[in-house]
Amino acid sequence: MDNLTWPLILGKAAVQFLPVWIALVVVFALSITYKRKLGLYGRLFDSPVGMIGFGIVMFWVFTALFADLIITHAPLEQISGMKNAPPGSLIKGREAEWYLFGGDSLARDVFSRMVMGARRVLSIAPAATLIAFMVGVTLGLPAGYFGGRFDTGTSFAANLVLAFPVILLFYLLVTPEIRDTGIPTVLAAVLFLFPVIFVAVLLNARYRTDPPRRNLYVGITLAIGLWAYSGLAFNADPTGVWSMDPNLLNVFVSVVFVNSPTVYRIVRGITMDLKSRDYVSAAQTRGESPWYIMLWEILPNARGPLIVDFCLRIGYTTILLGTLGFFGLGVSPESPDWGSTINDGRRLLSIFPHPAVVPALALMSLVLGLNLLADGLREESLKD
Amino acid sequence: MLLFTIRRLGVMLLTALALTFVVFYMTNLPPNLEKLAKSEASVRMSDEDVALWLDRNGFSSSVLTRYGEWLGVMPGWTRTAEDGTVTGRCITKGVAPTDAPARCGVLQGNWGYSTVFKQPVIEILSRGLGHTGWLMLSVMLVMVPSALIIGVLSGMKEGSRLDRVLSAFSIASTATPEYVSGVILVALLASATAGISPFLVESGLISGKTLFQGTATSAMDDITFWNFTLPVMTIALYGIGYIARMTRASMTEVMTQQYIRTARLKGASFPTIVLRHALRNALIAPFTVIMLQFPWLLNGVVIVETLFNYKGFGWTLVQAAGNNDIQLLLACSVVAVLVVLITQLISDIGYVLLNPRIRLA
Repeated sequence: MDNLTWPLILGKAAVQFLPVWIALVVVFALSITYKRKLGLYGRLFDSPVGMIGFGIVMFWVFTALFADLIITHAPLEQISGMKNAPPGSLIKGREAEWYLFGGDSLARDVFSRMVMGARRVLSIAPAATLIAFMVGVTLGLPAGYFGGRFDTGTSFAANLVLAFPVILLFYLLVTPEIRDTGIPTVLAAVLFLFPVIFVAVLLNARYRTDPPRRNLYVGITLAIGLWAYSGLAFNADPTGVWSMDPNLLNVFVSVVFVNSPTVYRIVRGITMDLKSRDYVSAAQTRGESPWYIMLWEILPNARGPLIVDFCLRIGYTTILLGTLGFFGLGVSPESPDWGSTINDGRRLLSIFPHPAVVPALALMSLVLGLNLLADGLREESLKD
Repeated sequence: MLLFTIRRLGVMLLTALALTFVVFYMTNLPPNLEKLAKSEASVRMSDEDVALWLDRNGFSSSVLTRYGEWLGVMPGWTRTAEDGTVTGRCITKGVAPTDAPARCGVLQGNWGYSTVFKQPVIEILSRGLGHTGWLMLSVMLVMVPSALIIGVLSGMKEGSRLDRVLSAFSIASTATPEYVSGVILVALLASATAGISPFLVESGLISGKTLFQGTATSAMDDITFWNFTLPVMTIALYGIGYIARMTRASMTEVMTQQYIRTARLKGASFPTIVLRHALRNALIAPFTVIMLQFPWLLNGVVIVETLFNYKGFGWTLVQAAGNNDIQLLLACSVVAVLVVLITQLISDIGYVLLNPRIRLA
């Protein structure tokens, strides 16, 4: 057995990704067959740009899901003699086992670490973006709708966060010393409360006229929400279902904190634009409560730009997570996430480029996919 | 206009105060101070010793008081030891305590002393800003014209093949953060073993080992095309895509306006229409975007200076933050915050001046 040449390396890698290809084919076949019944999602398959973007994003999503099947070696396994091995090296003393994309400076498999990195990135970025959106929407809607003091105050606070250079903020928020002071927990306590408030107010506004159902829905939301809240923010969940590694919590909270002011500004701007529409006046004349108007009249009509921004923002959050990893903030050294593997690889970059280039290309393709997806969605949602 | 500017300046001042206070608070948290005491005096200090050291060096007063002292609006602390010697914030060696000024903070021009570099902060900062200034200038010179050209070219005929190609390039470049494009550029152009440099050496096209240099350390003394291209390109690439997309959007909107149709109907040639009728109107929106890029560039500068080991402002910031150098980090954040706020102000005022349709009371 010899070292592999490039066509063979790529071929072997493609075979490793087999579960992903199958899943992609199934998703695309189903979606294209039923695309007329699937609303905006279905119309995405009319635009080639959107389809390419969706394909790339789903590729990484399935990679994250099936990571255990795809990897060729454990992400932390070190094999002697494979330090900085070039791509396609045969592992010494083994039959037909290769480091497909080479070995890194600690003799670990670059390919497997890149695949496991996808899982880590995709488990944080979308969730953090979602929470940032809930914070931004919960504050931006009333700020745009009511205006006045609340608007002035929250806008000032949002501008304050936005005027901070992101990297400085990360250095201030994501250090081990900060964790001892409890500031991340306080931030988490504030930020994680918003999703609970958002869903509770959403359901309350909808079913206000039907108290039994309202009490049931809001009660369930509060029970589950506060249960998760106690576990995630304070690590105080008695059953232990909801918990978060303090390191991860720190990273998560700072990413949400950086993202939510921008979402707030977007939502506020759209709300100010939409509140003078006829359907809002009609709802006001009907005597609907302000929160009903905001959440069930204005918000659904603002969904187009918000969905597009959501896609872009997941990409931006991925970049932010990479930045954190690049500066070695808030991640353990063994973590396979892309930012920190790029950081590890850059020391020997001009001699052994592959340990840094592989995760760099992975990160780039994911963000590119999200940007293309957002572009496709924008194009299709403008056709209404 | 005047009132608008004054009000903006007021808000800006308030923001600057609030932000510097936040940074001050975060850098002066008890764990950071403890670390400072241990690194300055002795690593094996007991908790009582740490408290004593902090008390002797003026860290025992409240955060607000210390912020005031740092800013220079409160008198600096003084302390009389048991043997009668007077120490204080503003009392330097060799100056009698009675002659020392009462206040010495940022407003008096006293930025403090860096514990890592063992130099006054102001010296380190001005040196770093000098280096970064050259980098920023080169980035702007590369980024702005190329972004505007790409944007105008792709926006003047929406949907054409040229538009598709340039738009794809813009999207790809906005999807590539600095630490990714830097790594790829170095691997491609500045590696002796990979990329295109080995081929160029073999065929005798370049005399050195690599096409470009992978570090910019030598650029601090002497900027050359060889050592400065990669850092500049890395920062510029990320910005080019964004500005180009904004310019394209603005250009396509202008091209559908009535006066463009009029110009076309009267028989003006296409270059004339683009250059004389469309261009000026299309460049209003990108102007704001370019100004708002500055804070973003700041991020890029921090990453690129770390990646290419170029000891400018961003590198200083990372060193200060990583080594708990409180005074230096505070000074860096003041500079960063001021850059952001001033560019916001310029972009607001410039927008009003450029666009006569906007009138502000």
